[in-house]
Amino acid sequence: MANEMADDASHGAAHYQGGMLRWIQTTNHKDIGLMYLIFAITMLMIGGAMILVVRLELFQPGLQFVQPELFNQLITLHGLIMVFGFAMPAATGLGNYMLPMILGAPDMALPRLNNWGFWILPPAALMLVLPFFLGLMGIGPGAVDTGWTMYAPLSVQSGWGMDFAIFAVHMLGVSSILGSINVIVTILNMRAPGMTLMKMPLFAHGFLMTAILLITIMPVLAGGVTMVLLDRHFGTHFFNAAGGGDPVLWQHIFWFMGHPEVYVLLLPITGAVPHVLSAFSRKPTYGYRAQVYGMWGIAILSVVVWAHHMFTSGMSTGSQLYFMYSTMLISLPLAVLFFCWIATLWRGSLTFETPMLFAIGFIVLFGWGGLTGLVLADAAADPQYHNAYFLVAHFHYALYPTTVMGAMAAIYYWLPKWTGHMIDERLGKLHFWIVIIGFNLTFIPQFLVGLAGMPRRIPDYPLMFTEWNQLSTIGAFILGLSHLIFIYNLVMCFRGGKKAEAKAWEGAEGLEWTLPSPAPYHSFETQPIIK
Amino acid sequence: MSGLFRVCVGAAAGLGATAALAAYGWQFPTPVTPIAHETLHVHNLFIVIALTLFFTVLGIMLYSFWAHRKSRGHQAADFVAPKSRKQWFWVLLPFAGLLILDYGVFGIPAYHAVLMYEDSKTNADLVVKVTASQWLWQYEFPAEGVKFTSRLATPREQIDNEQPKGENYLLEVDNPLVLPVGKKIRFITTSNDVIHSWWVPAFGVKRDAVPGFLREFWATVDKTGTYRGQCSELCGKEHAYMPIVVNVVSQEEFKTWLAGKKAPAAVLSSANQVTGVANGK
Repeated sequence: MANEMADDASHGAAHYQGGMLRWIQTTNHKDIGLMYLIFAITMLMIGGAMILVVRLELFQPGLQFVQPELFNQLITLHGLIMVFGFAMPAATGLGNYMLPMILGAPDMALPRLNNWGFWILPPAALMLVLPFFLGLMGIGPGAVDTGWTMYAPLSVQSGWGMDFAIFAVHMLGVSSILGSINVIVTILNMRAPGMTLMKMPLFAHGFLMTAILLITIMPVLAGGVTMVLLDRHFGTHFFNAAGGGDPVLWQHIFWFMGHPEVYVLLLPITGAVPHVLSAFSRKPTYGYRAQVYGMWGIAILSVVVWAHHMFTSGMSTGSQLYFMYSTMLISLPLAVLFFCWIATLWRGSLTFETPMLFAIGFIVLFGWGGLTGLVLADAAADPQYHNAYFLVAHFHYALYPTTVMGAMAAIYYWLPKWTGHMIDERLGKLHFWIVIIGFNLTFIPQFLVGLAGMPRRIPDYPLMFTEWNQLSTIGAFILGLSHLIFIYNLVMCFRGGKKAEAKAWEGAEGLEWTLPSPAPYHSFETQPIIK
Repeated sequence: MSGLFRVCVGAAAGLGATAALAAYGWQFPTPVTPIAHETLHVHNLFIVIALTLFFTVLGIMLYSFWAHRKSRGHQAADFVAPKSRKQWFWVLLPFAGLLILDYGVFGIPAYHAVLMYEDSKTNADLVVKVTASQWLWQYEFPAEGVKFTSRLATPREQIDNEQPKGENYLLEVDNPLVLPVGKKIRFITTSNDVIHSWWVPAFGVKRDAVPGFLREFWATVDKTGTYRGQCSELCGKEHAYMPIVVNVVSQEEFKTWLAGKKAPAAVLSSANQVTGVANGK
């Protein structure tokens, strides 16, 4: 068995030159998936380091460490890096690595496209952050400093860091569209014989919907930033009232992308988490059909609710009512998912290994993120929360448990399949509990300071907000540093550890667990038959 | 599992500590307008319902973690969907509850609240035009012919930590807006450059100031006093340094103040200020 695997691996790798060239030329879904994940975790560290500088500045009122110009660059880059540099590539990496194994395919459908999709990312990321580092060295005005929402006309007024950000967004958009095409083609064409769409594992459903959403929204954002570029340099007036334009048009374009984007980040995780829950409950997934339809419901609703981000911008009464009530409707499909997740746990035979802990942490914390969304949907109450720290805390409760904890649940769960080794459970659990403490210590105070009236995106604040900000900063450092344990654990798992069996977890089900651990280079050379 | 329990205990302890820290501000400021009263009411209702839902579901999960764990010898069931009519009833019940919560408990009051929030065109006693610029506010009483600017009064030395910070650090201005108590005031906002947002938490209103467009809202303040707020839409480097201070006074005091502002010298000097550069470095 072991010899066979070694043969398999060398057979695959033999297509490529050695060293770096292999990684540049590779069209293998595992190589590319791994590169996506390494890229994503690198960006997580960079974006995280940036926000720790911000939290340091916010530890006390007054300006101590960074001036407002630099502060605005840091918060903007944090947002853009975390959404486009970390969360989306992490999901794409996970999808790349796992989809062929889960569908019973040898590889992704379009391997060269896959390679291209990945290699657009590093230059795009460089483009985004280069002006920041140049600015630190005293060259140029620094990076984009408009907030990740890039509201016009501030983004029209901003320095040339904004132009770099526009081109970076273009490239990131191209990359995710290419990745999405690959995911859709793979899912529609490469499933094992007998695996109908409604027998397909939820993981693949999550990625299918994410890919369709991305193809719907990314071109809109690309068009929007191009309009900003034209306004900046070519004399158009899309966002300038003096020329017949409207600044609020940008907000509609941005949030038409921005709101579905939240579900782009969520849906891969709602696809992956049921696998984890089912494995450690030793019980089949509850309500498979309901979950598939629930995810479709979320995906469809997500493109018709965008203007709830704009209740203070001065919309007509009718628009406010429409966007309020349509937003409330999203709670229904989300509640279906929550119900199914908890029903999967109910009367199972539960154990609490690291992936399970992260999956449960995701459910509990994301649950609070979702609940706070309910009151933000109220168009008349929303202004009191909007652009205050309550909002910041709300969307971090929505995004952090999904993109970070959900992704970690998935990585910890499938890691034995990738490396052939079990992870160090003790370190994994330690990581989980530090994340829980750090996360809540960071964001619970932000809810409270937001209610007290602290606006977001300010480097300096009135004295009455001090205590909560200090707690939040302490929490942020605990949270940030906890991921060093994750990286250490990951590296150690690749280097060695207890041998993983083909079915690494007792309750794990699915095609991927029929492959040896680590999985062969070309996942399924013969397609399995699904009855 | 026991760890999750510890987190709950920790959260409860945290809430207790929160109550003790009430002096530091962790709840909406005392509401002084009809909209702010309504918002606080909705908020309190929401917090009670959301916390109840959250801890009920968490409780169910914790019970399951305890009762259905493998180490206790629990055997996994294999149900994947409701079967009988009775099961369907119990499965659909929470969703019916959710819809009632969304569209009844919150939806109906929200409908009326939105109509109230937008009712800025009727019965206004006074119109105030708020024009935002990077980084100051200009207030104008168009009918009375009064116009002046209002900008941060906190000295730069306090921001740079060279002097101890005052009580109203970053929440003090040179010329506060003065308004009469108990009168319905129609605010019209606009901007000279980028989007800003006018927010006084005690009023419960926030509205963007959009360059080239007029936006409006209203407030009837039912209590005299000084109310403070900040710009709440990122507007460039001095975004943190454009506070709002509103002095709400009796009708007589307001008249006296307005008459003082009407003196031509005052109008002239504030007109000069508009063209001046922002404070700071």
